[in-house]
Amino acid sequence: MFRLENVQKTYSRHGATVTAFQCAEMTIDAGEYVAILGPSGSGKTTLLSLLGGMLSPSKGGVWLGEQSLYELSVTERAKLRRELLGFVFQTFNLVPYLTALENVQVPLCLAGISSNEQQERAALMLSRFGLTERLRHKPSEMSVGQQQRVALARTLVSNPRIILADEPTGNLDPESRELVLNSLTECHREGRTVVMVTHDPVAAKRAGRILQLIGGELRDQGDAYGRRSAA
Amino acid sequence: MRLPTLVWKELRERPSAMLTSGLTILLGVAAVVAIRHVTVHAEGEVHRQLVALGANVLILPSEATLQDYYAADQSGKTLPEEHVSEVFFAGLTGVEKVSPKLSVPATFSGQPVILTGILPQSEFKTKVAWQSVSMFAPKKHEACQRAKSLTAEPDEAPEALAKNRSIEQLNKNEILVGADIAERTGLKSGKSASLFNETFQVLAVLPRTGTVDDGRVFAHLHTVQRLAGTGEVVNAIEIVGCCEAAAGDLIPQLRKLLPNTKVVTISQVVQTQVGVNRLITKTSWFVLAVLVTIGCATVAGAIAANVRERRREIGTLMALGATPSFVSRMFLLKALWLGVGCGSFGCLMGIGLAMWLGPQWAGVAIQPLPGLSTLAVFSASGLAIVAAYWPARKAASLDPCVCFQEV
Repeated sequence: MFRLENVQKTYSRHGATVTAFQCAEMTIDAGEYVAILGPSGSGKTTLLSLLGGMLSPSKGGVWLGEQSLYELSVTERAKLRRELLGFVFQTFNLVPYLTALENVQVPLCLAGISSNEQQERAALMLSRFGLTERLRHKPSEMSVGQQQRVALARTLVSNPRIILADEPTGNLDPESRELVLNSLTECHREGRTVVMVTHDPVAAKRAGRILQLIGGELRDQGDAYGRRSAA
Repeated sequence: MRLPTLVWKELRERPSAMLTSGLTILLGVAAVVAIRHVTVHAEGEVHRQLVALGANVLILPSEATLQDYYAADQSGKTLPEEHVSEVFFAGLTGVEKVSPKLSVPATFSGQPVILTGILPQSEFKTKVAWQSVSMFAPKKHEACQRAKSLTAEPDEAPEALAKNRSIEQLNKNEILVGADIAERTGLKSGKSASLFNETFQVLAVLPRTGTVDDGRVFAHLHTVQRLAGTGEVVNAIEIVGCCEAAAGDLIPQLRKLLPNTKVVTISQVVQTQVGVNRLITKTSWFVLAVLVTIGCATVAGAIAANVRERRREIGTLMALGATPSFVSRMFLLKALWLGVGCGSFGCLMGIGLAMWLGPQWAGVAIQPLPGLSTLAVFSASGLAIVAAYWPARKAASLDPCVCFQEV
């Protein structure tokens, strides 16, 4: 599904070039659950942005299936994100002036789905996360756990084939953390590809494969039993 | 949910910031619409006066200014009344009527008014009879086609004064009352009224003209001279020419006859008024240019600030699949609504202001001008979009993951 070849992302800071991420080769297969483990500043978010078609690499290429992501135009990549990808953010990134229902409607709105269908699908998804009573509540009127559930509902409402999760348990209490991890596992079971970046080794153990990012370099740690991928 | 819903909800969430920037548009549109309404109607009124007054010539004191034809006799400067006779007996070609005026401030039924003395045409005829001068049989100008208004109503009816600028008969104990004065005092034709502690009979109430004449009381010239103690003087002598060409030809003759006076045709007075209106119009365009610049800068600043504070939200929307065009449309639509909303409200304010102030400032009744109003709203909307274009483009070119890094 995802393939990275000789990818390097560098930034210029105060005249010096800083390498945020580099990787000789990496492959994530369709239906895989991959955790990318690493401390803060190790390049996890950079990797996720590269996979999400939001950050052009300084060198190398990123492929999604047979398509080189960064050969597509900005608009084409936006369309691809809308149709194939779902993001889970550490700080949920809910739109503050929209209700829970409207927040979940956003991806459907961007996809041009009719208002009635948007409402039906968003309400159904929120009910799956036990938020039927909170449809008309704004993010500021909900607990942190409820906000993350709304964010998860927003990610899944457009039925994406790939989930990219950025520290999804970082800000959560144990109960909400468990709910999020279970949801990601459930997504994986449904056949979706899940890529989760985290600095939490316990959360990473839920994944089928763990990739370790140290100082911007990616190392394959193998699966939960220490088995490494062929790549 | 659609893009407009998203924009509307955001606008409702932060109304004060946008309304502050919209205030510039609102005030700008209101000012321009009000000024343009007044000047357009004032120009229309000047044109109407020009058509109605046609071939008239004014003889004024040399130091008088030309601002308003109807108020030309209110400068406070005077001419000797004997000029009236000089004109009358000079036998100038094309002179149809001679109408001297003297205006003095007075109190009438407890209200301050302008008391204007006029000389009825019958007195000239009497003079002609006395002096056996045959000139009053008017010598028509070659190109004479009598001014339309003068043929419209005969002078016999006292109400004709309002339109013909002269009256056939007026006794020394009679007065004519302007429409506004009559309305305020409740006076009617045939009633008695007190002026300078003397009793006068109301000969007629003049029909409304929309000019300063509506606020005047007219009496016999010699009565006014006596009551005000001015002596035998007048403020202005109005000469009704038999045609426009005659009026033009009369000017050099009158200037030669009365060298110490100012002799102007009605068209010159009107040109002065037109000039004042054009100055106001030019000023309104200058005001518009200043307000447009300030308005654009304010809207651009407000939208740019809005983009800055919503970077994370924009990034999130892009991560969820929003295209750059969707993002820029979000801000352009917001600017459009701001332009339409504030432009429309400003337009209504401007019309209201013009309808309120127009009669007081320019002496004209204002009717809303749909074309001008629509143009103002469209212009405000267009300008708001132009102002928001650059910030909207900046928003569309934001890198979504740069927004995430700020988290």
